[in-house]
Amino acid sequence: MPPAIVAEGLVKKYGDVVALDGMDLSVPAGTVFGLLGPNGSGKTTTVRILTTLLKPDAGRATVAGFDVVADAHRLRSRIGASGQYAAVDDHLTGAENLEMVGRLYHLGTRRSKERARELLERFDLTTAADRPVKGYSGGMRRRLDLAGALVAGPPVLFLDEPTTGLDPRARAALWDVIAELVAGGTTLLLTTQYMEEADRLAHRIAVVDHGRVIALGTADELKDQVGGDRIELTMASPADLETARRALAPLAVGDLRTDTTAMRVTVPVTNGAASLTTALTGLAAEHVTVRDAGLRRPTLDDVFLTLTGREATEKIKEHSR
Amino acid sequence: MNALQMVIADGMTITRRNALKIKRTPDQLGAVIILPIVFVLLFAYVFGSMIDIPGMSYQEYMIPGIFVQSVIMGAQITGYTLALDLRKGIFDRFRTLPMSPSAVLIGQTTSDVLMNVTGVVVMTLVGLGIGWRIHSAPHEAVLGFVALLLFAYAFSWVTAAVALALRTPEVFNNVATIVSLPLVFLSNAYVDSARLPGPLKALAEWNPVSTIIQAERELFGNTIPGKSVPGAWPLQHAVAASLLWSVLILVVFVPLATRLYKRSVSR
Repeated sequence: MPPAIVAEGLVKKYGDVVALDGMDLSVPAGTVFGLLGPNGSGKTTTVRILTTLLKPDAGRATVAGFDVVADAHRLRSRIGASGQYAAVDDHLTGAENLEMVGRLYHLGTRRSKERARELLERFDLTTAADRPVKGYSGGMRRRLDLAGALVAGPPVLFLDEPTTGLDPRARAALWDVIAELVAGGTTLLLTTQYMEEADRLAHRIAVVDHGRVIALGTADELKDQVGGDRIELTMASPADLETARRALAPLAVGDLRTDTTAMRVTVPVTNGAASLTTALTGLAAEHVTVRDAGLRRPTLDDVFLTLTGREATEKIKEHSR
Repeated sequence: MNALQMVIADGMTITRRNALKIKRTPDQLGAVIILPIVFVLLFAYVFGSMIDIPGMSYQEYMIPGIFVQSVIMGAQITGYTLALDLRKGIFDRFRTLPMSPSAVLIGQTTSDVLMNVTGVVVMTLVGLGIGWRIHSAPHEAVLGFVALLLFAYAFSWVTAAVALALRTPEVFNNVATIVSLPLVFLSNAYVDSARLPGPLKALAEWNPVSTIIQAERELFGNTIPGKSVPGAWPLQHAVAASLLWSVLILVVFVPLATRLYKRSVSR
């Protein structure tokens, strides 16, 4: 089976700003692919090219076998897309919004109405179905926008930061819907700033920075590449912090970080629980007082720091819109 | 579904959407009804008390001018609404759908015809109330209303193109006011263009707004019987020239606005 999404050397410039600088992707049909990166890394631009909203300056891409430029119209009937900003009409009700999208996919009036009701139920919007969207909360609007992307049951789906701005319950519900969709054979390209989300949903993850892929693999592969788990220990005094830094250095698989304000040491380790025990035993032997100790999974910041040597949050020029 | 069927079906879907929006925002419809009433009363009594058109009443003379002024102002709703939609991101949704690319503009301009029909009915009633009369044959009067609505429809496409080029509702509003005021007032709407000084006279006589106003006057019989109209060629052949203008505007601005729509959402 050929890949559902292929991008080869995509380049996009806005004046002097290079949004995409040779983006390559290949997403097998029926899998979930995560594009992980900070704002301005080119995630949104990639999605906008793949969903025919933008034309690339160079390179080529196909989705469901159709070229994004030459076959844009036929491609559009095979995709669903939901962006960062809810593209819903304020003056229309939730049901009217989805019915309109159904008609524009040419599903016919009856099918459009049925489909709208199904999706409103699935996204827990039944009670608000006949109210104008103007009165919806931010989370409700996002859900409605996502429902809009699913109206035609497209084989390839693009979700640009789908859970940004959702409460934990809605986020969990959405993750379930996405898992269900993928079980039904839908190919999904998802962008996110959260390692946790990519971890939970994506089969494969591409870390993007400055408009190109800088790392590619499964969530576990990426985490191993950045040193698996993190031990975080908070000390009682600056002297203890210094002692701890020296004592823990042999455990670290990458750069050990100290935060002097918070008096915290962050140590990348391979075997989380065992390393934490070793660390605490070692510190006790050195008579260091530990205020707080914890084990956590790597965050996007950790992946970024390891791969690029700088924090993801100290961003790169904003040019996604 | 072939391309034409798709344009019609999608155009109807967007028209229905806009009709729902009009229904849910009565303030916009209110403006379409109240503005012409204000125009008719203000111009009829303020200008009417100062300006003398020999041989006929000023009310009879100026109502066709008010008709055209109102549809020019009304057509700006098209541009303004498009600029608002552009800002809200709904066009991104439309552009990822397998719909006809011209349907959004066709739907918008079509629903604005409904607004214009409302405005014209109101103005006709108010005009009749202050003494304006149709003196022509019924088929001429019907052609008068059709020519007016056709011009309004064509002008909606002009404002659509301008709004999509400018992109922001506020900038569009400013530009629309700056352009539409001279267009309306440098014409024969309220004064006899033949009596304007040199260059103003030439501008007013060749202004398409003057042409359509003159056509309206002839089609409603609001002219002085037996008196020929002085002025440039378009005024001499006003009905034909005004239809020609409307068609010409559509031929230029329909493809232009469609191109701008495709480009303006591609950021």
